[in-house]
Amino acid sequence: MSSHRGPSTFILSVLCFGFAFLYVPILVMMAYSFNDSALATVWGGFSTRWYSALLNNEQIINAALLSLKIAAVSATFATILGTLAGLALTRMRRFRGRFLFTGLIAAPLVMPEVITGLSLLLLFVSLQQLIGWPVSRGATTITIAHITFAMAYIAVIVQARLASMDESLEEAAMDLGGRPMQVTFDITLPLIAPSMISGWLLAFTLSLDDLVIASFTSGAGASTLPMVIFSKIKLGVTPDINALATIIIGTLSLGILIASWIILRSQRKTSAQRQSG
Amino acid sequence: MTAATDKEAPKLPETDFTETPWLDPQAAPFIQIKSLSKEFDDFTAVDSISLDIYQGELFTILGGSGCGKSTLLRMLAGFENPSAGQIIIDGVDISDLPAYDRPVNMMFQSYAVFPHMTVAQNIAYGLKKDRLPNAEINSRVQEMLELVQLQDLAARKPKQLSGGQCQRVALARALIKRPKVLLLDEPLAALDKKLREQTQFELINLQHKLGTTFIVVTHDQEEAMTLSSRVAVMDAGRFVQIGTPLEVYEFPLNRFVADFFGTINLFDATVTSSVQVDSCTHTIEAALDKTGTLVKADCSHQLNQGDIISIGVRPEKLSISQKKPRGKNLTITNGIVEDLAYYGNRSIYRVRSHSGRMIQVSAQNFQRTKELVLEWDDQVYLSWDSSCSVVLPE
Amino acid sequence: MSQANHSIPLGDKLWRWLVISLPYWWLAIFFLAPFAIVFKISFADPVVAQPPFSNFFDFSPGAESWLLATLDNYRFITEDNLYWISYFKSLKIATISTVLCLLLGYPMAYGIAKCQPGTRNILLMLVILPFWTSFLLRVYAWIVMLGKTGAINSLLLKMGLITTPIEMLYTDGAVYLGIVYTYIPFMVLPLYSVLEKMDTNLQDAAADLGARRWQVFFNIILPLSMPGVIAGSMLVFIPALGEFVIPSLLGGIDSLMIGRTLYDEFFINRDWPLASAVATVLLFIIVVPIMLLQSSQKERS
Ligand SMILES: Nc1ncnc2c1ncn2[C@@H]1O[C@H](COP(=O)(O)OP(=O)(O)OP(=O)(O)O)[C@@H](O)[C@H]1O
Ligand SMILES: [Mg+2]
Repeated sequence: MSSHRGPSTFILSVLCFGFAFLYVPILVMMAYSFNDSALATVWGGFSTRWYSALLNNEQIINAALLSLKIAAVSATFATILGTLAGLALTRMRRFRGRFLFTGLIAAPLVMPEVITGLSLLLLFVSLQQLIGWPVSRGATTITIAHITFAMAYIAVIVQARLASMDESLEEAAMDLGGRPMQVTFDITLPLIAPSMISGWLLAFTLSLDDLVIASFTSGAGASTLPMVIFSKIKLGVTPDINALATIIIGTLSLGILIASWIILRSQRKTSAQRQSG
Repeated sequence: MTAATDKEAPKLPETDFTETPWLDPQAAPFIQIKSLSKEFDDFTAVDSISLDIYQGELFTILGGSGCGKSTLLRMLAGFENPSAGQIIIDGVDISDLPAYDRPVNMMFQSYAVFPHMTVAQNIAYGLKKDRLPNAEINSRVQEMLELVQLQDLAARKPKQLSGGQCQRVALARALIKRPKVLLLDEPLAALDKKLREQTQFELINLQHKLGTTFIVVTHDQEEAMTLSSRVAVMDAGRFVQIGTPLEVYEFPLNRFVADFFGTINLFDATVTSSVQVDSCTHTIEAALDKTGTLVKADCSHQLNQGDIISIGVRPEKLSISQKKPRGKNLTITNGIVEDLAYYGNRSIYRVRSHSGRMIQVSAQNFQRTKELVLEWDDQVYLSWDSSCSVVLPE
Repeated sequence: MSQANHSIPLGDKLWRWLVISLPYWWLAIFFLAPFAIVFKISFADPVVAQPPFSNFFDFSPGAESWLLATLDNYRFITEDNLYWISYFKSLKIATISTVLCLLLGYPMAYGIAKCQPGTRNILLMLVILPFWTSFLLRVYAWIVMLGKTGAINSLLLKMGLITTPIEMLYTDGAVYLGIVYTYIPFMVLPLYSVLEKMDTNLQDAAADLGARRWQVFFNIILPLSMPGVIAGSMLVFIPALGEFVIPSLLGGIDSLMIGRTLYDEFFINRDWPLASAVATVLLFIIVVPIMLLQSSQKERS
């Protein structure tokens, strides 16, 4: 919709306002992480003392490590299961219970976290009563919960990619003697790898970010980073959380910027090759 | 007219069926399709088709969009399960074999070249799946690359190839397993006109060299004529006529084939007389409905007076002149040139006959002249020999 | 690839079975079964035990009845005003926030779509970026901004515009702000993708025919972008309805959204059966409009 008529003044001012709205709070929060004073009202001069306080805070460090571990494991399993689900929905035309399957994939996306969390907790409690597993709730149960809701997102991403992919590529491979499983590994997976990677990243962030489901499914022992942050910020401003936020948001933004720069560059490269080739 | 029709010289020695195995009563068909059907939900895409194809044929299936060509081919390849019927190749019933166990390979309409593999990897894929030793794979890939003249591009990715080059990769990839049958779904549709004509001949040469049986699907009748040993014209899931291009062009079985396979002028007519000439020729006379002009035609079977038929004449069989032609067995009518297109080697005229019907005429431009021989609005006579009239059932 | 042939080797059948069954059973066990359990427990009695709900079946000899189901929880929900208020407040907050998101998000999406392609990608990136960073920390940023001693109050005090800090944090206003802030990308993205595809010629043609700018907007652009409006609204409304974090961090004690009520019922009162009943009702409130929307879309297409 690029018109020769550029955006009007009204639109421009809304844009400016919108982006200010999105970014000013984050920037202010980051700025305060360098404030020497513990009070937000007073600018006590530049200092990195909240960062060293953070590094000495074992609770936060442990929670962060636990969160990273859960995120990495659950994202990996969610990618595997979500990809399989996407394959089943787009490449296995008919099977019993397909209708229910479609619903099961879509449902976690619209389910309020409180309900997902509550229901999983009740499941774990019932399972424990019935078969004695899980013995206690903690990292494992959180991981299972995260796999469950993240795999739905990945299934949707993978499904969209597969639906737009020419199915005759896989048929050609099968025609040349590839067994269904070989075809999946030789052709399908390499071609949907970018979607799987972005799915993995999404699952990783969702897991890293999740408070509600983790609170429900975690036990006494395990506290993830969001749970620790939540219990701290419920009481109001705590400057070491500002420092933590600066580190997290800074790292993530940098990572995303680098990733998109790489993607952009490779796109340019292929289009340049195309023109010369 | 074409390479294919050369094979169809009428006076072949009676014992030599090498070029026309379908005429040989003793020849065993290589591919047998027996009342094959495919239904999608309540829609019948392929309707009880039976067909025999012989070793080394270049068989073309021609039909309009959506008539079921691809579905038929996909059943042969094993991507669709037939609803009914059997497929036998080289004496083996393959109807129940999955695609990867069938001795056929397919070249896809979209080429389906694997985008993440180089040209050489694409071509080698089929052999890799057969777990052949690397040395053999390499030598056969090399051989194939030479066959389709892609030696220099072996290391390229498909993104860096042109459409014609992709087409050749797809062809090489499908041929490398030395399939008993190669299926080609609209192999040339994605190429531009010039390249398409050139590639047609390459395809024929390749087929001759390898002797593989080809089944080609196309919706382009010129392509079907150029390529095939035999053509099957398909409509709404059924075969309407099977024959050599010459047979189908000159002796169409009905109006659909006549119209679909080339251009034809069709007239409604009523039989006025029918005379038997010899055991298989009748000369009939019929009155064109609107004008009563008498048309003479040769027909293979007896017709009765009063039968309603269609008479068809191909545009190139008509002569056009300003003087009234004379001769035995000629049908003559007249009209006004309403439209003309000059193509250099020939011209196409659209003449409105005095009955108001448009008749298309294609005439060679024999003379070298500064001005057009015939102009718009010229009064002309059209004539054709009775042997050129095609009698079609109504 | 739809083969149900008899001669398919066992290994290939196994692979097909694996692709379908693995995710299927995972979701059946960890997503579907839990809801059955929630539903079941919503008919149980709370007891002081571990776990804190009564058994559903009682097969002990001498029991009055083997089925111990009770509608008490649902009765309690309908009788106690707290739940009515929470449900109503959730609907109200979700609706108003969605409208606010639309009012801010539409012009933003429109503005981005009108920019040069290069600028467009950068702006889009800027809209998506916060989504990838921590949700919790972005909500926290507003605590830093709105608190009694927060950034805004201290700025206003310093400028002399106010003499006592304004109560901003722990109000409904803060909840609206927080929801709009966190969900605005979900509104902008679908709107942008619709607006970006829209044909400029249409607008030019309308302008040629003498339509004023706002007429062009209301007669052409807005109707054509309805799919984006609906998608964006659903993406904001549904999660906002069950939102827990924002009302509990930014809202006052009285900002009783249903997600928070459920959480408190569960963790603070430890009344699991009641929490399950609340969840069941919430599920219906969310699922019914989605199903209605889907069936209406199916009819249209
Ligand atoms: N999977 C399917 N489900 C339902 N109908 C189908 C399916 N595949 C094909 N059809 C229908 O079967 C008919 C024949 O399709 P087919 O692809 O064989 O046509 P075609 O002759 O190859 O046409 P084209 O020249 O356009 O490629 C079409 O009407 C099509 O709509
Ligand atoms: Mg086709």
